[in-house]
Amino acid sequence: MRIPLSWLREYAQVPADATAEDVMADLVKVGLEEEDVHRPTDSISGPIVVGQVLSLVKEPQSNGKTINWCQVRVVPEGQPQTLTHEGIDPSGVQGIVCGAHNFTEGDKVVVTLPGAVLPGDFAISARTTYGHLSAGMIASVRELGIGEDHDGILVLSTLGLDPEVGSDALELLGLYDQAAEINVTPDRSHCFSIRGVAREYAHATGTSFTDPAAGIAVPAASGPGYPVRIADDAGAYAAPGCDRFVARTVTGVDASRPTPPWMASRLRLAGMRSISLVVDISNYVMLELGQPLHFYDADALRGGIVVRRAVAGEQLQTLDDKVRTLHEQDVIIADDRGPIGVAGVMGGAETEVSSTTTRVLIEAAHFSPIAIARSRRRHKLPSEASKRFERGVDWEVADEAAQRAVELLVELAGGTAEDTATDEGTRPAPAVIDLPEGFASRLIGVDYTPEQVQGTLADLGAIVEEVPGGLRVTAPSWRPDLRIREDLVEEVARLVGYDKIPSTLPVAPPGRGLTRVQQQRRRVLQGLADAGLVEVLSYPFASAAQNDAFGTPTAGEAVAAVKLANPLSAEFGFLRTSILPGLLETARRNLSRGFRDLAVYEAGLVYLPGDTLGSAEIPPLGARPADEVLDGLDAGLPVQPQHIGAVLFGHDSAPAAGSTPRAYDWASALDVARLIGDILGVELVVGQGSHQAFHPGRTAALALRSGEHVGYAGELHPKLLAELDLPARTVAMEIDADALFEAAADLVVARPLSTYPLSTQDVALVVDRDVVAGDVLETLRLGAGELLEDVALFDVYQGPGIEDGKKSLAFGLRFRAADRTLTADEASASRTAAVAAAAEKFGAVQR
Amino acid sequence: MSEPTPPNGGTIEAASAAPHPTDEAAVQSAVDAALAAIADAADLDELKAARLAHTGEKSPLSLANRQIGSLDKAEKATAGKLMGAARSRVNKALADRTTVLEEEHAARILVEEAVDVTAAPHRRRAGARHPLSTLSERVGDIFVGMGWEIAEGPEVESEWFNFDALNFAPDHPAREMQDTFFIDPPESHLVLRTHTSPVQMRSLLERDLPVYVLCPGKTFRTDELDATHTPVFHQFEGLAVDKGLTMADLRGTLEHFARQMFGAEAAIRLRPNFFPFTEPSAEMDIFHPGAKGGPAWIEWGGCGMVHPNVLRAAGVDPEVYSGFAFGMGIERTLMFRNDVPDMHDMIEGDIRFSEHFGMEI
Repeated sequence: MRIPLSWLREYAQVPADATAEDVMADLVKVGLEEEDVHRPTDSISGPIVVGQVLSLVKEPQSNGKTINWCQVRVVPEGQPQTLTHEGIDPSGVQGIVCGAHNFTEGDKVVVTLPGAVLPGDFAISARTTYGHLSAGMIASVRELGIGEDHDGILVLSTLGLDPEVGSDALELLGLYDQAAEINVTPDRSHCFSIRGVAREYAHATGTSFTDPAAGIAVPAASGPGYPVRIADDAGAYAAPGCDRFVARTVTGVDASRPTPPWMASRLRLAGMRSISLVVDISNYVMLELGQPLHFYDADALRGGIVVRRAVAGEQLQTLDDKVRTLHEQDVIIADDRGPIGVAGVMGGAETEVSSTTTRVLIEAAHFSPIAIARSRRRHKLPSEASKRFERGVDWEVADEAAQRAVELLVELAGGTAEDTATDEGTRPAPAVIDLPEGFASRLIGVDYTPEQVQGTLADLGAIVEEVPGGLRVTAPSWRPDLRIREDLVEEVARLVGYDKIPSTLPVAPPGRGLTRVQQQRRRVLQGLADAGLVEVLSYPFASAAQNDAFGTPTAGEAVAAVKLANPLSAEFGFLRTSILPGLLETARRNLSRGFRDLAVYEAGLVYLPGDTLGSAEIPPLGARPADEVLDGLDAGLPVQPQHIGAVLFGHDSAPAAGSTPRAYDWASALDVARLIGDILGVELVVGQGSHQAFHPGRTAALALRSGEHVGYAGELHPKLLAELDLPARTVAMEIDADALFEAAADLVVARPLSTYPLSTQDVALVVDRDVVAGDVLETLRLGAGELLEDVALFDVYQGPGIEDGKKSLAFGLRFRAADRTLTADEASASRTAAVAAAAEKFGAVQR
Repeated sequence: MSEPTPPNGGTIEAASAAPHPTDEAAVQSAVDAALAAIADAADLDELKAARLAHTGEKSPLSLANRQIGSLDKAEKATAGKLMGAARSRVNKALADRTTVLEEEHAARILVEEAVDVTAAPHRRRAGARHPLSTLSERVGDIFVGMGWEIAEGPEVESEWFNFDALNFAPDHPAREMQDTFFIDPPESHLVLRTHTSPVQMRSLLERDLPVYVLCPGKTFRTDELDATHTPVFHQFEGLAVDKGLTMADLRGTLEHFARQMFGAEAAIRLRPNFFPFTEPSAEMDIFHPGAKGGPAWIEWGGCGMVHPNVLRAAGVDPEVYSGFAFGMGIERTLMFRNDVPDMHDMIEGDIRFSEHFGMEI
């Protein structure tokens, strides 16, 4: 909301020298946040004066144009020129070349003299053009920054003005005024008016406030005015769509008259364009009092007005000339022909006021915020009116607002007020709120005196009565946001001042610290960084193609993913089912920025929709839903496990003297996954894996000991890497971290350490080439029995000495007993048993 | 290995001319020769040669010693004494010289092994945490230190938890101000949570009172990415519900937190504002003593006393309990605390951004 200071001064005690910044500094104290300053003189400065065209000589030019060589008087005849800027003629008459033709001798115009600056840093000086020294410019409204019209210069008589020659045109056009723009929070609907802001200014500064509504005398009506019937079937809806409809008629209006500059200036500073006198009057009253008005061309109406819900399928051509199909919940204004407006949102084209309108019907109504909000959303028609109705309008001010509009139409448009009036509907009852004694002090922690509490509420315009145990407060009609006692407490706290609130530190009960999972996550994320990987964060949005490529191991399978109804980009319209696409994009960005070696990781949720998505019904406000209802809400949520992904390419270190960097390969990716397992104390079972995004022969499937699959690690598919412009041999891993957190032991139980000597035995086994080492190792482990402490693969060989199609796997076995020194025979027997198991299962032959 | 050459140009044969074991002068002469050879040995190899020449089996002293057995009794005693002393002197000289030469040798090796340490390669690349993660953990630790607990929840959330439970009326303009990502189809009533407040509601529903929780996490709004906005960002929100909590407690909590984050000079300023889930509500500014360009008040977040409808939605009786809540953006905090000029740096994943922060913030 923009507040022109000249307007605010009419109702609040704003010091004459206060700037928009000063006013904002006061308003912020009561919660109206400062947004911006609008000050025409920041971009326009004089000398800019009223001039009278003495003579005008038309001079055709070789380029086909005709210019006017004008002599313009800028000082009243007989008075000396006191301005001295270079190019200002001491005679008081300026010679000016002007290309516009909409004026004639004798017209009074706006002259920008040498030394003036116009919006856009346009400095005026005397210069030679078309063979004359043109000392200034006759300005158009666009050049002055007060309108769009550039077809001709501004002839002041068209604004109904006949000012004295030489007078300050900036003053005349209201350009010395300035506006403070404030951000109005949704609860303070009254601040969408000068009336409301003036009241807040008075609260903020402790000065007096003059209610503009109180200054409007509404004469008693001689009888019913234009017939209006409110026929909303409130039974079908939560609240009636309209609970007050005031209508007044003004006849004999001359709609072609200009809007006076003072009004145009205030509207402009308030951020609204001046459109026509009649429309401007309705906007002016809305800005001043907060009551949106609608003006009908009364001669275009057919029969009485009905306020009702639309019938499904009804159509209306709105003011913007679009035909809209109405919804059965739209509150509409209708006459005998059907709909003539969507209530509180936009009027119809057929009954619109125009420059030929002479009979104006003024509507000042009060509509249901919910009905207006829904209509505005359905028809995508945000307007100044709907903005106010949605947030709540003072239902008591309708007749004063209508009267204010009547007066302006009479005064400025030459109209005559009919002395009848319509006032239909049942106004809402004001909220009556009980405020227990001491409640404000208890909630805020400040010892407010009873005078502070009562005084503040009375200042707001509330009716405050003392009742046993506290106060009974009747909220003012312009504060629909005041409904519960906490609302009143906020008013007391904010008007006495939030700066009066002291600091006390509450003591929480002894806590549990971080949960186990929170600790686990920190250790894993820290451990990966310690191992040389860099943590990054990417957006969880993904394309359907990305989800299909990474979210399932099987190519050609569509992956169920959560779809956004309003994504920022149509391509990335889903939530990720894998963490890798975003991470690969990050990897590519780093590559393009010159990083040839990269090891990055990210932890984040993936989103896996279940059988049901969401819930059709949502429980109401302000009451605890039943457990089953809450369970139902949770059942509709996608599963959202935390995944950790990593992508590596290049080498583990920079090339340097005396150091051989190691190239990252499939095993590096597997190592990252294993590190996570090691940090958590969770064993990862590695098997040959297959996933469409990975190299078919260089992928590990990761599982828990329970068999639960938890992820993949390995080299990415060469085709995929080529598509993504990533280096060959880029490797990656992704793992379900939540599954690992859960699999980790709650409590690690110590294992006794045997101090008896170790007995090591190596064994080389020849097996078929397609036998995987991990399986052989596992078989050796089982076959060796309990004396085996550990077994590790230390060499794989195929070549001379080994039959084609075979390979040799060399394992080191470590034997130790808990209670004695093992004999060589015991260790050998265990080894023999292990080898026998491998022989039986894989046909392994000891070399 | 070649036969060691005795020092002083002598030959083993020459040295082999054994003195008579009772010939004091001859023995002394052999000892002197031995001592001279030992003293002259410049390194361990030469010393070894000297040892062989003067104490080896064929050395004069050894040969002389061997003759003792064939002497008569009287001569035996004299010769034994003489030879014993002679050999002892030679052996001691050998041992001393060995020690000296070994030390010289070790010292020489250390000198030879010297390297240019400034040429050392980086064999291990250091990793890094993302500063948003470490900042979030730091914030968490401050509150855990006050006895609060950290609560987390789903990012795809039911509209009820994101809005209705928090007293956003279905048609209230505040609901639209959240710039919400909705899940398709809209009838599913699912959203990407616009704040971490749903976690506060879940905490209230799940926990026994009193509740003091901090809810950090990822949040979403339909803002296009620019220097100061991102559609995916992080928040931390705090909630305390207990008997007798006041807005002064809110202020005190925020002030304590601000001082932990920004130093003892930090302060909190509250300005009236509106949020559906708090009443009274406030905008919170922090006085940041270390702000770039000098100490300044900076808008930090929103806060207020928990709206009774929010308590009711969680089944908490507002007649008995009161609470306060607050929320700040982690990105915003990082921006003004650590002078990050552009949001792009935080979300693009350029490793230099994380690496610069290292492991701690």
